[in-house]
Amino acid sequence: MFLKLQPRGEASLAMSYFSPLLAGILTLLTGGVFFASLGHNPIDALAIFLIAPVSDLYGFAELCVKAAPIMLCAIGLSLTFRAQVWNIGAEGQLLMGGLTASAVALQLINVEAFWVMPVVLISGMIGGALWGLLAAWLRNSFNANEILTTIMFNYIALYILLYFVHGSLKDPEGYGFPESALFGDSALLPILLEDTRLHIGILLAMFAVVAAWVFLSRSFLGFQIKVLGLDSNAAKLSGFKHKRLVLLVMLISGALAGLAGAGEVTGPIGQLIPSISPGYGYAAIIVAFLGRLHPIGIFFASLLMALIYMGGELAQIELKLPLAVTSLFQGMLLFYLLACDVFINFKVKLKNTKPDFKTEHA
Amino acid sequence: MSRQSVESSNSPIRLQLKGLTKQYPGCLANDSVDLEIASGEIHALLGENGAGKSTLMKMIYGVTKPDAGQILWHGAEVHIKNPSMARKMGIGMVFQHFSLFETLTVTENIALALGDDAKDLNELSERIVEVSKQYGMELHPDRHIHSLSVGERQRVEIVRCLVQDIELLILDEPTSVLTPHEVDTLFITLRKLAADGCSILFISHKLKEVQDLCHSATILRAGKVTGDCIPAEAGPTKMAQLMVGDDTPITTDFPKSVGAEIFLSVTSLSQKSDDPFGCNLRNLNFNVRSGEILGIAGVAGNGQEELLAALSGEHLTQHAEQVKMAGTAVGLSDPRKRRELGLAFVPEERLGRGAVPEMSLKDNTLLTGFLQGLVNNGFINQAKTESFSNKIISDYKVKTPDNRAAAQSLSGGNLQKFIIGREIMQNPKLLVAAHPTWGVDIGAATAIHKALIELRDRGAAILVVSEDIDELFLISDRLCAICDGELSPSKATADTSIEEVGRWMTGVFDEIDSQPDAVSSTHQPASN
Repeated sequence: MFLKLQPRGEASLAMSYFSPLLAGILTLLTGGVFFASLGHNPIDALAIFLIAPVSDLYGFAELCVKAAPIMLCAIGLSLTFRAQVWNIGAEGQLLMGGLTASAVALQLINVEAFWVMPVVLISGMIGGALWGLLAAWLRNSFNANEILTTIMFNYIALYILLYFVHGSLKDPEGYGFPESALFGDSALLPILLEDTRLHIGILLAMFAVVAAWVFLSRSFLGFQIKVLGLDSNAAKLSGFKHKRLVLLVMLISGALAGLAGAGEVTGPIGQLIPSISPGYGYAAIIVAFLGRLHPIGIFFASLLMALIYMGGELAQIELKLPLAVTSLFQGMLLFYLLACDVFINFKVKLKNTKPDFKTEHA
Repeated sequence: MSRQSVESSNSPIRLQLKGLTKQYPGCLANDSVDLEIASGEIHALLGENGAGKSTLMKMIYGVTKPDAGQILWHGAEVHIKNPSMARKMGIGMVFQHFSLFETLTVTENIALALGDDAKDLNELSERIVEVSKQYGMELHPDRHIHSLSVGERQRVEIVRCLVQDIELLILDEPTSVLTPHEVDTLFITLRKLAADGCSILFISHKLKEVQDLCHSATILRAGKVTGDCIPAEAGPTKMAQLMVGDDTPITTDFPKSVGAEIFLSVTSLSQKSDDPFGCNLRNLNFNVRSGEILGIAGVAGNGQEELLAALSGEHLTQHAEQVKMAGTAVGLSDPRKRRELGLAFVPEERLGRGAVPEMSLKDNTLLTGFLQGLVNNGFINQAKTESFSNKIISDYKVKTPDNRAAAQSLSGGNLQKFIIGREIMQNPKLLVAAHPTWGVDIGAATAIHKALIELRDRGAAILVVSEDIDELFLISDRLCAICDGELSPSKATADTSIEEVGRWMTGVFDEIDSQPDAVSSTHQPASN
């Protein structure tokens, strides 16, 4: 090897911003090579994947529909990651949020009132938050590693959802299909653009972005979360309450993921079905890191991730590629991001062979 | 550069450095350093932290390579590739932080270091006994490292160098972990070694020791040699000025004071340490009065960390009454509650407890200063935090571009000034400071000592835990020592001596019986 990594004296701020861009470019290049090797013109294929989906207003609306749940989950995750609480459970929290929101919406199916929609959304947030708090409680009380517990809770949440969608929440008039009844109109999220599925979820997500930004940069609790993540000993010495902060970030993160789930069932889906998320909660992990755990970064990264979801669907139709191409692009993006992040603390140098040569004489 | 002034004898030059230069990113660690060591000479390398001492010895020991300059060994130029080559040449080094395996025996540790040269373990044990006897360092080859005291561990490191044919022994601040008595023993060993012809490079910033032990000294400042001298002739003040430069004032004396009413009282504090290698606290009783500085001496690892955690509130005690602040039982209160009662705390670790390394000085102001009106209704008062941090920086002369600089970008001394300033500016009624000037240059140490004395004179109670016995004698009004989780009686500084505190540090508290009320000595004004 002629190249070697040399530690930079100080972490490079420029590189920490450039790294996600570089990861994006490398993902595109590799994607192009991948398309070419399958016999497609790489430029055309990438255009279908990344540009065609948003070439019209409907596509743009769909982008926002997909970005909203990702953004909500990723904002919540970024708070937990800042506190060094590794919540991998946004998917499960999203599912629980969707389930509780559905349960409440089905109870209120014949009620027509302005308060139905907020109540449904809030119950979704409560469902997600409780699911998140469960992992926080296990961590605080039994030192249970939250990475493991939250991953396992994802599967438990999925099976609980399936249990209800095949059981008590199944539409009695649905010919036995595992689906709930369609929600009442007053439970559904209002549409922002005529003839599209664009609902107010994106506004809620953008509100979360701004709120998280203010929370992190201006509030003392946000400061405590940052200190806890960067230096738990300093947090302890200053008397910041470690366990309460863990509960708080898991509560917020779970509530936001729960809101994302509630937004899915009351938004584009309109009922409870077995698959309410194509892995938004997992994609949000990538988004949180791609956005440098910063609300603004997460905003843009969510849009990119939504685009990859849409590109994957279009590639399936136009290029006859399997839907797994979405996961492939997600994986490449994370892979390249982690690789590029090495350069924040290290720089590449040509290996200098001279000293070795000189010491031969000694 | 003046000619080496100390070729006292006609001994041949063993090691010579010519124009050694080492550039690190953003820092010229060594700038054309010249140095000569004769055989049998004990040569001091003096300098403050960051002066380039460590870099220089790492180049001699082959850990790093110089960018320019020559190393001459017995008059011939050498390129020392790595430490194992240095060892083969006859250079041994004892690092400040020992590299020993706790679960192995003395012999096994030394065999590991020797590699293929170790040969038969029984033979090696005999050799270890022989060498340790020869130089007056009692050492049992079959004991496990974890059962040894710090002083004994250091002996293992030295013996490890001596079992090979050694011509140059480098010691990096060897006395910082030793009690005064252990220091004396070490010096006897080193003198014997030198008499047998071994050259010794003794790295230190403790001037008294250098004066006692060393034949000659080279003084470094900011990577450059600022002078050579014969310590016995030059005296500590001259050497100190060479170390810090002429523009830094050096204080050597402060008036002593007698405290007023008791502010902090610790009563029968016993505590098991959470750390398996930690030290249990055993029935500690002491108090600190407003307007006095109580110094607690002791070698690291004798319960200081556990005691400090019990005072800061990081570790709660069994009963609230075991720690009282201004009459309020706080043993079960969290750190914030204690801060509200007037506690300020300077921890041992500056980066990673006293300050968050990645955060700016402004954010680090908020870290403990949040009770000073910097937070309104849960939101940070940016303007107040800004001005509070700027006031710390200007009042305590913290060298930094501005308050947005990350804590980790500051030098140790500067950061410590910032942390001390941050704590003092909260007008504490009780300041607990752990190793306040550890690893800090003399200029900053003097500034910190002055700040502590000023705070005391304003009526605050101060508790200083330190390993630096000279520092404790300089600033404390009352002294005691901790050893193996037990606290010695305390005495007014003027009534005790380094020897007595040294005995306390080894656990010999002979005064306990004759003086049941340990605090009584403070009622009499200390003669000063």
